[in-house]
Amino acid sequence: MSVTAKRFDEKARGEFARFGTTRVGPGELLRHPVYTRILHWSVAIFFVLSLLTGFAIYSPWLFRWIAPLFGGGPRTRLFHPWFGLLFTIFFFFQFLNWFAPMAWKEADRRWMKRMRNYVTNEDPMEPDDVGFFNGGQKLYFWAIVVSAILFLITGLLMWFDHVVPRWSVAVSYVIHDIAALVMLGGFIIHVYEGTAHQPGTFRSMIDGTVTGRWAWTHHPGWYRAVTGRDPRDDYEREKRRQEEQ
Amino acid sequence: MANPRTFQIQEISAHPGPVPGRDARREDAVCKYIDVSTCIGCKACEVACVEWNDHPFRETTFNDTYQTMPSTEWNYYNLIRFAEDQNDGNLMWLMRKDQCMHCEDPGCLRACPADGAIIKYENGIVDFQQENCIGCGYCISGCPFDIPKFHPKTKKVYKCTLCSDRVGQGLEPACVKACPTGCLKFGTKADMVQIAGLRAKQLREVSGFADAGVYDPQSIGGTHVIYVLHDIKRPERYGLPANPIIPPSYTYWKWLAKPIGLWMGLLGIVAVFFHRVAYGPKLPEPAPPAVLTGPREEIEAGRKETP
Repeated sequence: MSVTAKRFDEKARGEFARFGTTRVGPGELLRHPVYTRILHWSVAIFFVLSLLTGFAIYSPWLFRWIAPLFGGGPRTRLFHPWFGLLFTIFFFFQFLNWFAPMAWKEADRRWMKRMRNYVTNEDPMEPDDVGFFNGGQKLYFWAIVVSAILFLITGLLMWFDHVVPRWSVAVSYVIHDIAALVMLGGFIIHVYEGTAHQPGTFRSMIDGTVTGRWAWTHHPGWYRAVTGRDPRDDYEREKRRQEEQ
Repeated sequence: MANPRTFQIQEISAHPGPVPGRDARREDAVCKYIDVSTCIGCKACEVACVEWNDHPFRETTFNDTYQTMPSTEWNYYNLIRFAEDQNDGNLMWLMRKDQCMHCEDPGCLRACPADGAIIKYENGIVDFQQENCIGCGYCISGCPFDIPKFHPKTKKVYKCTLCSDRVGQGLEPACVKACPTGCLKFGTKADMVQIAGLRAKQLREVSGFADAGVYDPQSIGGTHVIYVLHDIKRPERYGLPANPIIPPSYTYWKWLAKPIGLWMGLLGIVAVFFHRVAYGPKLPEPAPPAVLTGPREEIEAGRKETP
């Protein structure tokens, strides 16, 4: 399966690279190619639309605030399953695109152990064994995989509620809600880390590139893999260069 | 509606004794009484229901029984269910008028996420307001009696209104008016429960149905449609649940876990905001040195925080 997925993925990347480009400037690294960026934004847009329409139906307090944005309650209800379905479809392609770099490694277990340091900005640089994705990103990715499966199954049961047993709709309702709350929590952290908390990250999702400094700071293992240089050495050299100035 | 007590006489001039009717209270809760033992299955109530609600003709389904169609529909609120029931070697035709039970604790209303789509009146009638319905169908899964029905064209859900429009004008529901045998009655809940109790007693003592009783399930706080059944011990024989319940996902989960979940979401947003304020950004290292030029105050401001 993985070979087929990889071949499909490479083909898709090639097709997208024909009409899109990523300009990598001096001192910059290519982080996300066109295909990944378009997938990510497709997933993100339909996730947010699903989240908004879903939370309108979820809570009577949010209903009157959010439902008007989509043209009222009935349309909110009408759109929600379609937004959700599109989210699931795009996320499936993103899953194919990313499941290899998202594989759980020994380094990720170590990362989870020192998550406290990460949260409190204790270390200026990530440990050397942090690769393309860190443990937190992988945890979020696999949480989305599990949630997307739960969303799809329970969502279909609730969509076709008149043909499935009554209890299955009542159970789906709770599972769908719990998955949504987990996703909401992850989404808040994900957006925060990608924007306000880590300057220089958001551009990787727009332009596809990051600076070398960003790369050795947040993903030293990946920096070593793509440049072949030691992240620590480059960090020290840059530091000396700054001090000399 | 005007308070009916407003014109209750409070004081009377030169009147010996207390004011007549003082402190009299009106019984508000209404109820429909259905005696399955005297139902002859004539379907007059079905026709009256379709007529009064001005529903379009609906094709019937013949399933080798005396039942018009398999279940109630969005434009067929009222259905006489038919069962050939064998019990202790006796064959009985069980006719049961099936429609919304107007529960005291309505599962449909509990499940509904749309503001104002389902309301319950003081008199106990549970009514759908289709203009507010979003067509999600949660009410269908919340109902222990499988009554609300989805209309695929309008994408709204419909069910028996207990003729709230007639009751509001002091009339009985259309089905009750049409019933030729008197097996349907309409009045206050207390009166109907009393009549049903008497009829059940009669069935037990005179007609030889030892298990006859009144179906008014307390698991959902009672209903505003009650049945007199030959066999109260096994309401399943009539297709009625012995112990109807609302799924806990529409009771505990919705009203306890949902607000907690929302507060957690809000707390998450506040938490990341203050995390940014307290810990600051994680800059690519080495962070560019602060440019220490300009007036002295700005340089001071650029310095690291000291306690």
